[in-house]
Amino acid sequence: MPATTPSLFKRITPQLLILAVVIGLNFLVFPDFFDVSFRNGRLFGNLVDVFNRGAPVALLCIGMTLVIATKGIDLSVGAVMAIAGATAASLVTDGYGWGTALLGALATGALCGFWNGFLVAVLRIQPIVATLVLMVAGRGIAQLITEGTILTFNNEGLIRLGAGTFMGIPTPIVIWLALGTLATIGVRRTALGMLIESIGVNEASSRLAGINSRVLLICVYLASGLCAALAGVIVAADIKGADANNAGLWLELDAILAVVIGGNSLLGGRFSIVASLIGALIIQSVNSVILLSGMPPEFNLVIKALLILAILVIQSPRVAHLIYMLRASGPERLPERQRPSVQEPKEDAL
Amino acid sequence: MIRSTHLPLMVTLATFVLAFALCGWQYPSMLSTRVVANLLTDNAFLGIVAVGMTFVILSGGIDLSVGSVIAFTGVFLAVILRDTSIHPLAAFVLVLLITTMFGAAMGAVIHFLEMPPFIVTLAGMFLARGAAYVLSTDSVPITHEFYDTLQDIYWKAPGGGRFRLIGGIMLLVFICGALVAHRTRFGQNVYAVGGGGPTARLMGVPLARTTVGIYAISGGLAGLAGIIFSLYTSAGYSLATVGVELDAIAAVVIGGTLLSGGYGFVAGTFFGILIMGLIQTYIVFDGTLSSWWTKIVIGALLFSFILLQKGLTWATITRKRTATGSAQQS
Repeated sequence: MPATTPSLFKRITPQLLILAVVIGLNFLVFPDFFDVSFRNGRLFGNLVDVFNRGAPVALLCIGMTLVIATKGIDLSVGAVMAIAGATAASLVTDGYGWGTALLGALATGALCGFWNGFLVAVLRIQPIVATLVLMVAGRGIAQLITEGTILTFNNEGLIRLGAGTFMGIPTPIVIWLALGTLATIGVRRTALGMLIESIGVNEASSRLAGINSRVLLICVYLASGLCAALAGVIVAADIKGADANNAGLWLELDAILAVVIGGNSLLGGRFSIVASLIGALIIQSVNSVILLSGMPPEFNLVIKALLILAILVIQSPRVAHLIYMLRASGPERLPERQRPSVQEPKEDAL
Repeated sequence: MIRSTHLPLMVTLATFVLAFALCGWQYPSMLSTRVVANLLTDNAFLGIVAVGMTFVILSGGIDLSVGSVIAFTGVFLAVILRDTSIHPLAAFVLVLLITTMFGAAMGAVIHFLEMPPFIVTLAGMFLARGAAYVLSTDSVPITHEFYDTLQDIYWKAPGGGRFRLIGGIMLLVFICGALVAHRTRFGQNVYAVGGGGPTARLMGVPLARTTVGIYAISGGLAGLAGIIFSLYTSAGYSLATVGVELDAIAAVVIGGTLLSGGYGFVAGTFFGILIMGLIQTYIVFDGTLSSWWTKIVIGALLFSFILLQKGLTWATITRKRTATGSAQQS
């Protein structure tokens, strides 16, 4: 089902509304929020910062959206980020060029993703458990690569990936926008997206319908691993070092949160990468509000938790059903609605 | 059936005995009561949390909030003992009430809003950690004579090992946990829910009460583990015990409990904890291995036990010949 423009817009309206509200809050607490200037050959400004700082989560949530659409989950992305960052840093400090380092990191990420996909698709282990293995062991592996230290490097090419600019725009923004567009076109202009959704809805029957769910599942986890590796390289390049303990720590949770805010069901099925990316921006904007308002950063987690809870309640099947029933009992509004609202609870709730 | 349900436990036991024998063979001094006593003392808080996690996983759920709840408990105790003159025992009761209510609330959200436990307890994890940050971001020391009294209680075994109070509490929790799981109606209900929610409901299992109870137990035990942890470190720190939930899950799985729920033993978790503690002790004794090997070895162990479970499940399904296309859940 290729997304035609009106239906896509309808799909992401709630997310856009939330984003607008949060950005509005930013503007309220910090009136200069929208000031964007061009200095030293790059864009400066708080709005640019939101896009720039949100890059790792945005990258992660591209892969995570696909994984969650197949009714899976990838807990290992944070650890994979650490492994990829460590690989890139150690390759660069060994004297290789930044291209080799990037390719090496991506290859490691792909390998990690393949391992997850193999456990899920071939050995048929539940995704939470399968990816937990790498989540636990991954940071140990990253430590092994960096030999327990924070590997710092000075390679200009690699640093440009995290802190440089491309035509005046910070490179991370360019990377995640490009990858997001590429992924959206890839799944929506081909049958790939529909196949992924069908696995999420009912794997057994989609297999009987002739879909090679095994290969597709492996590919989805592979994609998630690749996204995580790219995010890991960007984070490492940004701080000019690979920190095996803290790189990507808890980012898997932010990525899952972004996907959930994007209105994608954790039970698989219909998904929207664009909505997830907006979800990532919402998270980053919330962080930005907390920072700019001068509230103690301690409140960050509490606010985030309350945000998740609110969204969970709105998305809950029970509440959605209740709202549907209320609407149905309203005066003569039923015929307008073609399909029941269970698939997209957010739309009705907001 | 009996063989396949008991086999993971047997494998866990055999792994522990083998590992301990290997360690003892390489470093004879590891066989002393000192090492055994330290094994119990150092893993006391993890063991208590793992008992709660066993119940959650037996019911087919997961609780990611426990690490944060431990940190919150520690900070709460430290702050309340610093700022008020309340007796530690009263503070213990208060904090246990809070954490149990917290767990029960998560259980209620999971049951009544039909949300996946994973995402609900994730929110709980943020909330508890955030609450700990709000209370204090510094490490707050606990100096109260009652704490010193509790810390000084130990039984000196022949050979110099000191079995401290907190290790004893862990053993007590394990015994109580095993009794509740295998000898009470609630325990049977937990197994039934893990075996399949709809089936359990048709059998007349009170789903709401059981689910809320399970997460309340997990929250309460996380609170108790927090008290133990504060006794162990004499401080409350909001950044402490990050990732303990993963250690607890790993211990439960290594202990032979099926992550899909319905099969497993509280006793298995105990040996899971001991195996993980043993790996750490071995690395300390060796002295040349870096501590990050712990994570890799635990990851590898986790993987091999998951594979074992998967093989057993396959074997059972094949034997039952109920293999329809949907028999493999994923």
